[in-house]
Amino acid sequence: MDDLSRFKQTYFDESAELLAVAEAGLLRLAPGEVDMDEVNAIFRAVHSIKGGGGAFGFNELVAFAHEFETVMDGVRNAEIPITTELVDTLIRANDVLARLLAHAADETEAPAGTTDDTVAALRRFLGKAGAPAEDVAGVPPTATMLHPDDEDDEAGIFGDALAAIQAARDDRPAAASSGTIPEGTLRWTVVFRPKAELLLSGNEPTYMLRALRRLGEAEVVCHLDKLPSLRDLDAELLHLSWTVTLLAGPQVDRARIDDVFEFVADDCDITISAEAPPPAIIPPAEPVAVSPAVPVPAGPAAAATPITPAATTSGTAKPGDGAKRAGGAAGGGDHAGPTTHTIRVDLDKIDRLVNMVGEMVITQAMIAEHLRDLPPGQFQELLEGLEGLAQHTRELRESVMSIRAQPVSSVFSRMPRLVRECAAATGKEVMLVTSGETTEVDKTVVENLVDPLTHMIRNSIDHGLESPEERERVGKPRAGTVHLSAAHRSGRIVIEVTDDGRGINRAKVLSKAIEKGLVQPGSTLSDEEIDNLIFLPGFSTADQVSNLSGRGVGMDVVRRNISSLGGRIGVYSTPGEGSRFVLSLPLTLAVLDGMVISVGEERFVLPLTNIVESLRPKPADLHGLVNKCDVIMARGEYVRLVHLHRLFGIPKAIDDATRGLVVLVETEDGSRLGLVVDEVLGQQQVVIKSLEANFRRLDGVAAATILGDGRVALILDVAGLREMSRHGAGNGTGSSVPSPPSLPAPADRTDQRQRQTV
Amino acid sequence: MSSSTALAPVSSRTDLQSAGTANGNEEQYVTFTVGSEEYGINILAVREIRGWTPESRLPNLPDYVRGVINLRGIIIPIFDLRARFGGGPTQVTKRHVVVVMQVGERTRGILVDAISDILAIGHDAIKPPPDVDSGLIDAEYLSGLYTAENRMVTLLNVGKLFAGEHVDQDAAARAALEPT
Repeated sequence: MDDLSRFKQTYFDESAELLAVAEAGLLRLAPGEVDMDEVNAIFRAVHSIKGGGGAFGFNELVAFAHEFETVMDGVRNAEIPITTELVDTLIRANDVLARLLAHAADETEAPAGTTDDTVAALRRFLGKAGAPAEDVAGVPPTATMLHPDDEDDEAGIFGDALAAIQAARDDRPAAASSGTIPEGTLRWTVVFRPKAELLLSGNEPTYMLRALRRLGEAEVVCHLDKLPSLRDLDAELLHLSWTVTLLAGPQVDRARIDDVFEFVADDCDITISAEAPPPAIIPPAEPVAVSPAVPVPAGPAAAATPITPAATTSGTAKPGDGAKRAGGAAGGGDHAGPTTHTIRVDLDKIDRLVNMVGEMVITQAMIAEHLRDLPPGQFQELLEGLEGLAQHTRELRESVMSIRAQPVSSVFSRMPRLVRECAAATGKEVMLVTSGETTEVDKTVVENLVDPLTHMIRNSIDHGLESPEERERVGKPRAGTVHLSAAHRSGRIVIEVTDDGRGINRAKVLSKAIEKGLVQPGSTLSDEEIDNLIFLPGFSTADQVSNLSGRGVGMDVVRRNISSLGGRIGVYSTPGEGSRFVLSLPLTLAVLDGMVISVGEERFVLPLTNIVESLRPKPADLHGLVNKCDVIMARGEYVRLVHLHRLFGIPKAIDDATRGLVVLVETEDGSRLGLVVDEVLGQQQVVIKSLEANFRRLDGVAAATILGDGRVALILDVAGLREMSRHGAGNGTGSSVPSPPSLPAPADRTDQRQRQTV
Repeated sequence: MSSSTALAPVSSRTDLQSAGTANGNEEQYVTFTVGSEEYGINILAVREIRGWTPESRLPNLPDYVRGVINLRGIIIPIFDLRARFGGGPTQVTKRHVVVVMQVGERTRGILVDAISDILAIGHDAIKPPPDVDSGLIDAEYLSGLYTAENRMVTLLNVGKLFAGEHVDQDAAARAALEPT
């Protein structure tokens, strides 16, 4: 499979959705009532299309999207009033963008002048709004000429990208026609024609064939053409010959194959030939380091950019298949990749399978629940059978989930290119180090990681890293390092983007936030709170608007993308030393290990990863804190008690914590709460069901599930509960400071979170 | 799991009861009672009719959001029509009925007392709703009134009826974050 075209396809698919979003938003725009969310959404859609287009070098599209975006930015900052005329123009611009995308997808040039009228129309609005430094009259409205200040950047980025894409295209046919040999192996063809007398000298060809087999993956074809008819057959003589196709690693050389035939060399004809895969252009496997030796100028250096070839050569190729398919491959075109034992399956089919397995898990839990009440000892076989069923169900679930699991390398492998382009555009020297690419996670999660990671890495390079000169001044190596890593950690995948740049400039962030009206002047914020301001919509510290970033989209989109996947994002920054962005995501979006609890007549599921322990407090453990909320002394620290029934308004529940149970829970950032519940019913795997699909999201509720008796139970969102209880316990929503988003646990805390003693 | 009545047998009754078959000018309505009132919704919006199964309650919502139930693996909200119209929460019995509707992309159920009829109603026979005080129910929820024999059937616009429940949570979340 060709990596680049796959990414492109993804880009076009995403762009189609974004266009639809933008169009729907534009159609709802009306003079007078400006819905800023809508405007932001349109802006972000266009921005994302532009960003992706830049990565593939669609120059015209990017230039046009930039125009479009500039106007949207004006609308967003209330510099350009919304008029019917504006909306019409914007809708037309959206159509033009769609056309440009279609041309890009077909790899055809858009007819000259496609964008001229619309660009001119767009620029008229900027002119009216008195947009600075744009010479409306003087410059002919040709898309590519419009931004002299961006010109250099674009030449850098897109000259680079175009050359690289061209290089990839040129390589593709070659790779396809001989692509049947997996990386790093040689294909040996050994034709072994022993003389008829071989057996008389006490040699046994079988041993030689076996010896060949031990060298690698061998396919042996026996030739029977010399075999006489039965009547003429001399049983003492050998009439057979063989062709062995051997796929072997680099450690196998000609000499080792010759060794096999050492004793029979005189008694047979042997021809040995080798075939190597095409000279592969592969970047060093792990860690991948992309370090532009010189601050990359456009052109020749860029042409040498290695395009990461398909990272999906994981399947073991059987040489037989290779041989059989070699003929067909020439005509097979693009599909002839390395032969693997894989089939393409429609994702819908897999999803249906996943759903079915989910239903099975529920049914199995239901049977288990009914059988629990049987008199012990009487239905032994039934119970044993059920135990087997439970085990098979679990295995089935895991197998099905693993079908959807993909290594994050498919996302990570897009990043070196991005880093190179960003480095070129900013004139910085950047080294990208990646680790943990093989970490597997659900396909949906992988797909949705692309955008956030793109934004985060751009952000790290653009805002985080200093220029080479500045770095030298402060005694750092000229090249900054961006480290991208993935790891499994307590049932979640944690992805970190770390840079060794200047860290977050808190003074600047705070003053910018005040200037943008995101924070009331005079508020005192902790360092952590200030760092988290960068996730607010409309926030940007960049003084200049560049093609790269700095429009204040990015980190809020990142946070929204991540939280829509049930994940969280946090930032840890040390001034002068760099920043670390930590994403923590669930491995799968389908199943969760949970603890079923009851409150009144309702039952809820708490994610097991949140639970520290459950306990029944003694009256002496409970304390009132300024008569607003109760705290409990647990494990040497005071933890705030939250009565779930009060928060959710559930009747007939136990209010007295000493008669109920306190479940000590911990959010991703390590802060703890004591949830007061009636009872803990037991641990269970639950299938996550959407509440939003037919209803909507609710505070404190992450999703829903179906319990063994067929009834719905809500899955609690611990971080959300904490927020709710804060508002309830405090003085309402009067706080002028946005509450920081909950942060994932830093690495050193995760060990503590493992102990789930319930 | 309690009984779930497939629609087909019910609608076959229609042919016996209503003289006119559905032609271009007529549409079929499922009618049901809530207290002494009779309401109708377009049959095309009705996915199925099922007996009452206990719901799971949702926290911090108005009383007409009854809760959620499991409809063969998907989770759908149930709205209490009596409570929606200000009659207080329904005291459910086994005889109460949930009408499962498809509204756009969403599936949702409404709790009613009983299904009463399926009527083929001509467009001309639908009277516009009178001006209603916009206290409990907005006139826009009503698509019209129809007189069947001597009863009045209030035809509901299901698309509008629970439209208020589509709260853009993203917008709400952002509004919460952005101090005004």
